Amino acid sequence: MKQSTFKADVLPYVLLLPTFIILIVFLFYPALETFRLSLFTVHPFTGAERFAGLYNFKNIFSNTEYMHSFGISFIFTVAVVLLGLAFSMMIALLLNERIKGMKYYRSFLIWPYALSPAIAGALFNFLFNPANGIIGYFTGFRTWLTQGSTAFLIIILAAVWKNLGYNIVFYLTALRNVPRDALEAASIDGAGPLRRFFSITFAFLSPTTFFLLVMNTTYAYFSSFGLIDVLTEGGPARSTNLLIYQLYRDFFVNSKTGYAAAESLVLFLLVVGITVLQFQTTEKKVHYQ
Amino acid sequence: MKRTKIQVLSIHALLILAVFIICLPVILSLSISTQSETQALSFPPRLVPSSHMVSNYKTAWNTVHLGRMMFNSAFIAISVTIGKVIMSLLAAFAFTHFEFKGKNILFFLILISLLLPVPVRIVALFNVVGKLGWLNHYAGLIVPFWASATGTFLFIQRFKTVPSELVDASQMDGCRPMQYFFRILLPLTKSTIGALSVIEFIYIWNQYLWPLMATNSDNMRVVQIGIKMLMNAESSNNWGVIMAGVVITMIPPLLVFFIMQDSFMKGFALQSEK
Repeated sequence: MKQSTFKADVLPYVLLLPTFIILIVFLFYPALETFRLSLFTVHPFTGAERFAGLYNFKNIFSNTEYMHSFGISFIFTVAVVLLGLAFSMMIALLLNERIKGMKYYRSFLIWPYALSPAIAGALFNFLFNPANGIIGYFTGFRTWLTQGSTAFLIIILAAVWKNLGYNIVFYLTALRNVPRDALEAASIDGAGPLRRFFSITFAFLSPTTFFLLVMNTTYAYFSSFGLIDVLTEGGPARSTNLLIYQLYRDFFVNSKTGYAAAESLVLFLLVVGITVLQFQTTEKKVHYQ
Repeated sequence: MKRTKIQVLSIHALLILAVFIICLPVILSLSISTQSETQALSFPPRLVPSSHMVSNYKTAWNTVHLGRMMFNSAFIAISVTIGKVIMSLLAAFAFTHFEFKGKNILFFLILISLLLPVPVRIVALFNVVGKLGWLNHYAGLIVPFWASATGTFLFIQRFKTVPSELVDASQMDGCRPMQYFFRILLPLTKSTIGALSVIEFIYIWNQYLWPLMATNSDNMRVVQIGIKMLMNAESSNNWGVIMAGVVITMIPPLLVFFIMQDSFMKGFALQSEK
């Protein structure tokens, strides 16, 4: 719907001014400046800059530790996105049924949305702690967090758990748009529940799925920092040292400004790549209601 | 479709299982937060609550100045939320109710800002905030977050559904744009404002990386960092006290969430529409 408009020359710019002052000073300028710094080496104490071309990028991509972080971040992200979307879609389908008490189920399944990654880290730290973690007790296996491969599994579980509420909200919203008569008609025509799900419901969920794919990918790449810092600090032996944690360490602990700026640019390109991919796929393949 | 009794029962069973799994870590943290150090460390683990609740919460509160951190987090989250709501209301009003040069490019720039989360610009953001003298100050934790693409889009969606006749009628009555904004548009936007407030309050309350870098004195720390500090301070794994701290820091966002749940759901429904 097109809104009727007022006539004014200056007012719209005045209205947009506050937003753009913030955007320019704290978003666009820092982003461009970060990209510029990725081409320089910066002295940790004097701050003296020296143009270095692609030196920082050559450096990070020939660093086996960075490449390790790059690899595990990718695996972490794929796992968090797939598990997170699968579980939340299943739960949302259950929550979409018309049965008694649904309002309460809904509240109690969505609320982890309000918890932070750091809280998730603290809770999972306790659940899996080697001394008397509940999970260790019931599984008879107590070294979940002291072994690299299982620690990696736990940060995935914690990240999925924390983001379920967010994903469920979006799937529930999308499910409201699925026409019930289409499902009924298909049912009368003899389509079983699985067939109905894949040929009708899933098509209606696909725009939301693609939206969540991007949101969960950026969540996995960026928001996992608090989780890692509280749960594993990147360990044991770098097994959970994701890109974002490495970036923090290189910039803040090791004071490698140019190097860290290059890492930021790599993260940015990852986000842009994923977003562009999303837009292209959405336009071609996704069914819109 | 009508469900058979068995189907309904199995849906209940599956939902209860899901609730159980999702709530388990938090229920456990409530129970552990009432146990003494030895109880919380006992093996097999003790699941039922005990009587050390008050002392654990007191210790957690005092060990890392949790009170001060709660104030900091609340002050920052509320200030950011108010700023974001105001700025995005104004921006959305400009985009929906006016024609002006450069509209498309300005809209595109706001869209681009979604691709620039803090980690992408953290190196230079740290320098900018440092040059402004805002490190270790509230301003450094508040002002950089005032612009909101999410908020602007959310309000644009809302404003577009307001009938055009309202604008036409108010123009005929000689109503100025800002009068229309305050008298007619704002009252119609209450639930969207509520939704954005929930989203942003929770988002800022839960932030970790930027507050960790932008502050270094104990009296400027926020609660999320406080959890880590509490875990370091209680290095003997005094889980009772740590979980007490976790419970305290969970309460404000959960309160906001449960109180404003309805407008939150509405806001989300709008946000996911293309």
